Amino acid sequence: MLTIEQLDKTYRTGDHALRQVSFVLEPGQLIGLIGPSGAGKSTLIRCVNRLVPPTGGRILFEGVDVARVGRRELRRVRRRMGMIFQEYALVERLTVMENVLSGRLGYVPFWQSLTRRFPQADVDQAFALLERVGLGDQFDKRADELSGGQRQRVGIARALQQNPELLLVDEPTASLDPKTSRQIMRLIRDVCEERQLSAIINIHDVMLAQMFVDRIIGLRAGAVVFDGPPAALDDGVLTTIYGEEDWTMMRATAVEDAAEAAERAEERMAGLR
Amino acid sequence: MSAAAARKWRRPPVLIKNDRWRLAIYGGAIVYLILAAASVPVDPARIVVGLDRGWRFVEGFLTPDFISRGNAIWDGLVESLTMTVTSTVVGCLISVPIGIGAARNLAPLPVYLLCRAIITLSRTFQEVIIAIFFVAMFGFGPFAGFLTLSFATIGFLAKLLAEDIEDIDWRQVEAVRATGASWSQVVNYAVQPQVMPRLIGLSLYRLDINFRESAVIGIVGAGGIGATLNTAIDRYEYDSAGAILLLIILIVMAAEYSSSLIRRRLN
Repeated sequence: MLTIEQLDKTYRTGDHALRQVSFVLEPGQLIGLIGPSGAGKSTLIRCVNRLVPPTGGRILFEGVDVARVGRRELRRVRRRMGMIFQEYALVERLTVMENVLSGRLGYVPFWQSLTRRFPQADVDQAFALLERVGLGDQFDKRADELSGGQRQRVGIARALQQNPELLLVDEPTASLDPKTSRQIMRLIRDVCEERQLSAIINIHDVMLAQMFVDRIIGLRAGAVVFDGPPAALDDGVLTTIYGEEDWTMMRATAVEDAAEAAERAEERMAGLR
Repeated sequence: MSAAAARKWRRPPVLIKNDRWRLAIYGGAIVYLILAAASVPVDPARIVVGLDRGWRFVEGFLTPDFISRGNAIWDGLVESLTMTVTSTVVGCLISVPIGIGAARNLAPLPVYLLCRAIITLSRTFQEVIIAIFFVAMFGFGPFAGFLTLSFATIGFLAKLLAEDIEDIDWRQVEAVRATGASWSQVVNYAVQPQVMPRLIGLSLYRLDINFRESAVIGIVGAGGIGATLNTAIDRYEYDSAGAILLLIILIVMAAEYSSSLIRRRLN
């Protein structure tokens, strides 16, 4: 359903974040993307829905090359991909319901979203989703009144509200405690099973990844160094991905991290595309 | 045991590293200050006369006369308040799109430059100067005042709004964009909730400022209570002038108190 071919991203600062990344995501498959920070995991996931524009290669989503579509078509592609974020990225001052309904923005005209008069079917679905993620009675609370785990559940409901075919999940558990992390990962896996969704999940916790995904892709310095089932992930492989006390590497990634953050800030400056 | 030489430490100079340059620049600044202060003419005889006039002003202020120019004062106040409210509303409405256009993270470069130019133009000139220009263009009266205050509001509010937008949490914007939302939907769902409380606070604050400014620009002919005040002073009617000043103080205080009350309830 998603084919990534020789995807390349070089930030304008000269950082080579992705190098010739290629893989095919099968329908219904959950891929866990692991690798040290700065390996390009976040960049890769953001290239898929073009929050970050790639500099080379192709991203074929159901036959459409996301890297090359025009603005209108891009919106149409984006609404078929739900995204779940690190630190939730809810709109803090909007209610839970508005956050969930914002998953329909790609489908409703501006005036309808402005007046918050979403079609009844969308509202019904939002209530059902909130029920599904265990927040059935919290719909009128402001998002910033919720706890971390609850916010991530709203984030999941927002992504599912799009009725997506693919979930892009960026470090869903980065700011959650171990128990909540497992609950959230289980919820993500369960909803994917229920809806036959495919997903790419960025995750720094290797154990957690092994527990919940079908396939693991290991990135190192922007290149795929491992692609296989979770069971094949042994110490040797982990060393190739993370390096064994490879200090020069770690220093390089720290620098790369900073550069990536700076670059992302710069790309914001380029405005909404 | 040889005693280690004591290591001296002094805080490195903050601004100018070179000793000689530092001495020259700071010394020069002090010399200039002394010369400049000495060049301001002070005329003791004039001060004695002025003290007397100043005292009459204070006397008038202590015995305010609200009655003899009552009608003029009332008309001036109503005119000022009308000017204030209408110009604040119009100014705010215009500054929202300009503020969005002047936010580098939302607007393309040409729009950004245009909106920044408008803001700079509005902020370059003090209200009184704009008022003189509009009075020359549209004649004496509140219309010139209304235009002046609207124009000044745009520079103030659009600039602060643009800076607020540039500081928003970008992850929320990314999240809304990732749903396939259009630009206007992103602004409505991800930007507006983040800047709205401050925008309302700033608008109320501007309402205060506009009332105060309406008293000042009235002096150059742009209508309102300032014009009434100017007339009173010109006629040496310090008791009426005192009454006007008292009313201005009261209204400014009331506006400030109520707007701070509303702003507190917003958060």
